[in-house]
Amino acid sequence: MAEAPQQEQQEQQEQLLVQIEQEQQQEHQPELVQEQQQEEQQEEQQEQRQEEQEEHQLDQQNKEEEEQVEQEEEEEQPSSSEASEPDEEPEEPKESAQMPRSRPLLSTRSMSSGGGGGGGDPADDSPNMIVYKKIEDIITRIQDETDGIPIRTVKSFMTKIPSVVTGADIVTWLMRNLSIDDAAEAMHLGSQIAAQGYIFPISDHTLTLKDDGTFYRFQAPYFWPSHCWEPENTDYAIYLCKRTMQNKTRLELADYEAENLARLQRAFARKWEFIYMQAEAQVKIDRKKEKTERKILDSQERAFWDVYRPVPGSVNTTEMDIRKCRRIKNPHRVKKSVYGVTEEGTQSQSPIHTPSHHCRKGTKEDVEKEILFLNTQLDRHCMKMSKVAESLMSYTEQYLEYDPFVTPLEPSNPWTSDDPSFWDLETSKETSQQRVKKWGFSLEEALKDPLGRDLFLKFLESEFSSENLRFWLAVQHLKRMPQQEVAQRAQDIWAEFLAEGAPSSINLDSHSYERTSQNLKDPGRYSYEDAQAHIYKLMKSDSYARFLRSNVYQDLLMARKKPETEQGRRTSLEKFTRSVGKSLTGKRLTGLMQSS
Amino acid sequence: QKVLVELKITFSQCSKNERNYKTTSRKYMRSPLSPEMATQEVQLNETLAHLKTESENLKSKLEEERAKLHDVELHQVAEKVEGLGQFIMKTRRTLKGHGNKVLCMDWCKDKRRIVSSSQDGKVIVWDAFTTNKEHAVTMPCTWVMACAYAPSGCAVACGGLDNKCSVYPLSLDKNENLAAKKKSVAMHTNYLSACSFTNSDMQILTSSGDGTCALWDVESGQLLQSFHGHAADVLCLDLAPSETGNTFVSGGCDKKANVWDMRSGQCIQSFETHESDINSVRYYPSGDAFASGSDDATCRLYDLRADREVAIYSKESIIFGVSSVDFSLSGRLLFGGYNDYTINVWDVLKGTRVSILFGHENRVSTLRVSPDGTAFCTGSWDHTLRIWA
Repeated sequence: MAEAPQQEQQEQQEQLLVQIEQEQQQEHQPELVQEQQQEEQQEEQQEQRQEEQEEHQLDQQNKEEEEQVEQEEEEEQPSSSEASEPDEEPEEPKESAQMPRSRPLLSTRSMSSGGGGGGGDPADDSPNMIVYKKIEDIITRIQDETDGIPIRTVKSFMTKIPSVVTGADIVTWLMRNLSIDDAAEAMHLGSQIAAQGYIFPISDHTLTLKDDGTFYRFQAPYFWPSHCWEPENTDYAIYLCKRTMQNKTRLELADYEAENLARLQRAFARKWEFIYMQAEAQVKIDRKKEKTERKILDSQERAFWDVYRPVPGSVNTTEMDIRKCRRIKNPHRVKKSVYGVTEEGTQSQSPIHTPSHHCRKGTKEDVEKEILFLNTQLDRHCMKMSKVAESLMSYTEQYLEYDPFVTPLEPSNPWTSDDPSFWDLETSKETSQQRVKKWGFSLEEALKDPLGRDLFLKFLESEFSSENLRFWLAVQHLKRMPQQEVAQRAQDIWAEFLAEGAPSSINLDSHSYERTSQNLKDPGRYSYEDAQAHIYKLMKSDSYARFLRSNVYQDLLMARKKPETEQGRRTSLEKFTRSVGKSLTGKRLTGLMQSS
Repeated sequence: QKVLVELKITFSQCSKNERNYKTTSRKYMRSPLSPEMATQEVQLNETLAHLKTESENLKSKLEEERAKLHDVELHQVAEKVEGLGQFIMKTRRTLKGHGNKVLCMDWCKDKRRIVSSSQDGKVIVWDAFTTNKEHAVTMPCTWVMACAYAPSGCAVACGGLDNKCSVYPLSLDKNENLAAKKKSVAMHTNYLSACSFTNSDMQILTSSGDGTCALWDVESGQLLQSFHGHAADVLCLDLAPSETGNTFVSGGCDKKANVWDMRSGQCIQSFETHESDINSVRYYPSGDAFASGSDDATCRLYDLRADREVAIYSKESIIFGVSSVDFSLSGRLLFGGYNDYTINVWDVLKGTRVSILFGHENRVSTLRVSPDGTAFCTGSWDHTLRIWA
């Protein structure tokens, strides 16, 4: 599997390049877009302002709350938090006395206008959104004050790690609250939730869940995938750029990020100044935030980019099934910038957002058809559940011994033993008891197996009544022919089986006979459906029943072979010893064989 | 004045529609703009509302009638059935060679060969037993979402974003260019989501994003029958296993599973209990029931004789959609491939989950049990296929 990660990496880089190239092309968009742009710009700016305000308000609220609860903690180590970050900007107001927020930004920060409304939005039930909702429900429960995991600030070395839980905590919670018996399964589910972008390890770009003391944080609702983010490379460039402006080890770029940045610098050479400015502006905004809050937000922002620009070699969970693309949210909106950046000529309609003509509206004719259909259904004679259940159970019971997943195969399952002799047995004329027994389950089963069909035919020939089966087979064949040959073949069948003085005349009731001769006026592949069904019923109730009682069938079933009896016995004994041998030692007990 | 206002609206409607309206009580004839037409149009809208009410009433009545027969649950009756033992199912083969997401696969009747198709346009025929690639074709489009093996083993069909289904005869000569012998059979107006040969190499059944299914004559490319009734993309289909039957089931983005009569093109039964797209449908081996897998993270069993859903296979911890389902030979086990990269194995009768299998590194997009039930194959977005037994 070593090739795959490299390939993935290459592909992702290529994708990035393609995106960059597309951006460059779009730079030269006509003015049509500009007016729209301006409107959107204003909207965006307003939203951005709104959100900053909300953020600020929330900060205040939380700070006040925390102050009361955790004052003792802070008093214990007043200097440590300051000392740990010597390169903190001097212009920062004295916020060290403020409490670290113990709860991440939760429901109040949901994206306002942008993501489209809440209830009533038809795209809300698109496949992706269904999963997001379920995950968000889990995430909300897991952070609940009473029933969730306590989110703590952990002290380590000279710093505090705010707002974390351990992987083991999450695994335990999932097992307890979602009825999961196996820790591996809980870990897998947790990894899926991480991969989608709802939780993340604070010191790793790879989004998986480990069942140990590794620290995880919850993603801010602003960054939730349910908002249908499709961040542009300009945003990514701004992000990487601002990272380099902040001299903190925790913000250092990984190798692949540095490479991406270099590539973006080349691609956006002409507007790099703009990007640099935006990055500076973002740094300024960030600086105004309180230290602990910054730690949290920085990590959340990084986790966001880990989803939308994943580490090479990891799964890109934002990839979509193209069949479902038409129905995602935001069909008409321009792609939203993470940092509220708007720029003339660079914004575009998302290429996969096409207006959805999704469900055809019900016309009057549709409703009339539906009424007809419903009336037919009402007239249908249905079976009781208890009878249905018995039927399903008895069918399964009957075939259980033939099911390789349930009953071990003789001699072995080729896939597990690498020995294809089981298949050779099937294709040979070998008539094992098991195989012959199956022919007795139903006429259908007997006809399905070429050997069974041949034997049944032979039996009928011995009774001089083979024309029924031959007719049935001929009609089966007719239905499988190319359209062009159907008419002729239908005529041939008539001549052979139904015409006056036909060589293999079959016995049809007058009603079916009339219907069939009518059908033959315009011969098609279904001309003989009625006749075939009639003959099948006849065979089932009459000849088939006698076939099962016949010597030729019973002999095979009881493995009563005549002249070759000696050989027959030895063969079955060989088989027996072989299987015994395998189960005991895996080797053949040759001693036993020789003694026979 | 009210009438005048309505006149304006209804006239514009009239000009758009060109149909002969038949109301339940009178024949409606097209005539040049007139007040009569206006009132009739108003009546038409009222009639539509009436019809809808009638339809809703019938639906409730049907629910009631069906509920009368619902005297017991399947899993309750199945309590007396012996439980299945522990299963040891592992990956026995891994097929590597696709350059992008594997989207579909099908088994050959010889029980060891398979055909698979991928997002990168490649269709590969493998001997899964030896893991050797035997044929490869590059389609002119990406996202080849459907592929099928011909019953004779001598051809494969495939299609996807090209809106077509094409048949490629498989040549014994490995050097021969398969693409040259390609035959275009089906033409839809949107992507091809699934295809299947009927009992012969001569007919193909297709389903499409255009909301229809269709039956085609391979030799001539002629459309033999089309099936209309889904209100959105049709994503999957499966032919009834009966030798004598002429029916198939389809599932779509309208959350419906429909059973069709191939002769008449009529929908003979319809089931709508899923909460999201139905990605996969598969008949129970006896042909009396079928299972479905959906984006709502559940698999369900529908019985045709009871005309209703008879079981749901779900768990609180399973939240990702099901992409594909198939039964083991006896119908006792239901295998489901999921978008969370796992395979869940269900006890069909008891309704419990028997096993969960890990291994794939991305979504499982396709899953089929081999013709003799000795193994099942999965295809995934991680570019590989795996054989499990």
